[in-house]
Amino acid sequence: MAESTSIPLTIEFTGGLELLFSNQRKHKVDLPSSKQSPNVADLITYLCDNLMKDPRKDMFVLDGTVRPGILVLINDADWELEGQETYQLQPRDEIVFVSTLHGG
Amino acid sequence: MAPRECEICQNNRAQILRPKNHARICAPCFTALFEQEVAETIESSNLFQPGERVAIGASGGKDSTVLASVLKTLNERQKWGLDLVLLSIDEGITGYRDHSLEAVKRNAADLDLPLKIVSYQELYGWSMDQVVAQIGKKGNCTYCGVFRRQALDRGAAMLGVGHVVTGHNADDVAETVLMNLLRGDLPRLSRATSIVTSTPSAAKAKSADGKVTMTNVKRSKPMIYAYEKEIVMYAHHKKLDYFSTECIYSPEAFRGSARTLIKNLERIRPESILDVVKSGMDMARLVPQEQGAVPEEVEMTGRCGDAKESGGEMAAMERKLQQDEVAATNGIGVEIQLPRSSKNDRELGSAHAHSRETVALKAANDHPDGQNHDRDQLAPVTLPTRTKMKQKPAGRGAEKRTLPPKQKLGQCEKCGYLSSQAVCKACMLLEGLNKARPHTGIEVG
Repeated sequence: MAESTSIPLTIEFTGGLELLFSNQRKHKVDLPSSKQSPNVADLITYLCDNLMKDPRKDMFVLDGTVRPGILVLINDADWELEGQETYQLQPRDEIVFVSTLHGG
Repeated sequence: MAPRECEICQNNRAQILRPKNHARICAPCFTALFEQEVAETIESSNLFQPGERVAIGASGGKDSTVLASVLKTLNERQKWGLDLVLLSIDEGITGYRDHSLEAVKRNAADLDLPLKIVSYQELYGWSMDQVVAQIGKKGNCTYCGVFRRQALDRGAAMLGVGHVVTGHNADDVAETVLMNLLRGDLPRLSRATSIVTSTPSAAKAKSADGKVTMTNVKRSKPMIYAYEKEIVMYAHHKKLDYFSTECIYSPEAFRGSARTLIKNLERIRPESILDVVKSGMDMARLVPQEQGAVPEEVEMTGRCGDAKESGGEMAAMERKLQQDEVAATNGIGVEIQLPRSSKNDRELGSAHAHSRETVALKAANDHPDGQNHDRDQLAPVTLPTRTKMKQKPAGRGAEKRTLPPKQKLGQCEKCGYLSSQAVCKACMLLEGLNKARPHTGIEVG
């Protein structure tokens, strides 16, 4: 029973990234957690495989992690302060992906 | 992971990791510090005169939105007494600029600043959509870049404003430094790192009658030391409303590669970005000054593919000319002739064909772009600096960089804009466009 749990998360894409995700900024995601508490790396893989309809995957993920120039915020703090991909996700965490790569 | 406290207030949870010094600070401390650092840049370089009228070049994107917000805040806080106005250029790109202009209008309302929009259509009689319909999607950035440079000056002159600030950040400047380094263009590298890039005649023309014309507008970059990452974080935490998308006509060429390189470096060693900027400034000091530089070719640090910086613009122009030639032989497309450019190519070709420097520079110039493989057959030498090289006697350029004889500024005999040639680049492009107008509808793949 415990294997089929999922973690509810709020995901937001801004700075132009929303264009890759059905042009929608906020997404409610229930991240399946077959193993114990998935981390941000698992989330990125999940988003890439399930939420992202745009075929240009390399605009979001490059070499197994988010593309350089995309900022990640975990509960409004830079993910570099939280352990980056290794951060263990908690229910109702808010994860924001912001692209700095788009022009202005 | 235990949350860390802000290093400054020792109270809130740290939310920002500063790229330049790895400081871990909270959002309120960060926004205050960010503003303070921009203020320091402005005050230490005496960017503004008290009571000066200043136009903020506003695109609706993150950089200019943050710049407008910070300047508005600082102007009140530091009591600079500046008369701020937003100046936007409408290139006439449906689906792109129309949306971003809406963001500028919202900013103007939020910040309670006046907004002036000048369009390519009204200035030149051509919107970019029309230009693209005429010449195709390739090479149109050249037009956009040349037109924009003048449009900001013309817009400022319409407002009677003698100073335009732009949102260029440290990442932009680092990109431009790298690009010019890779192209071997030290003079342009030097200009890209200046906080202020007045048109050379600005001081004189202004003191003569005190009136602002399009030929004496000063440009500056108050956020030259600000990381793009921090600009985005500032916008995020201040909940600023900005528009982000790529220009629908923008290609990812040389600048795109430089940008990727910079972003990859940042991930490994964030200090690299400011270090590249500082190195660029140090190198600039080693470059002999060329005060008489042509304003159209000055410092178009920007993000539109290859177009806003001049080297790429010239390279793009050459590419375009070649495409036209190919298109003409195949009987498709519209030919837009620029006699000066093609003549230069030929002259340069003969003057420099056997020069070691030329070969080396050409190699450096061709490779990273990845678009110009067929260039060799058509134009043997394609140096972005060729206008300057041409003006010098043939030979090694390095020691002859000072005072190129034809670099003297005059005014375009058609429109009066600053130009080292009889007719400025915009007028030349327009001439080509207008000549070809009846052929509208023919398109190059």
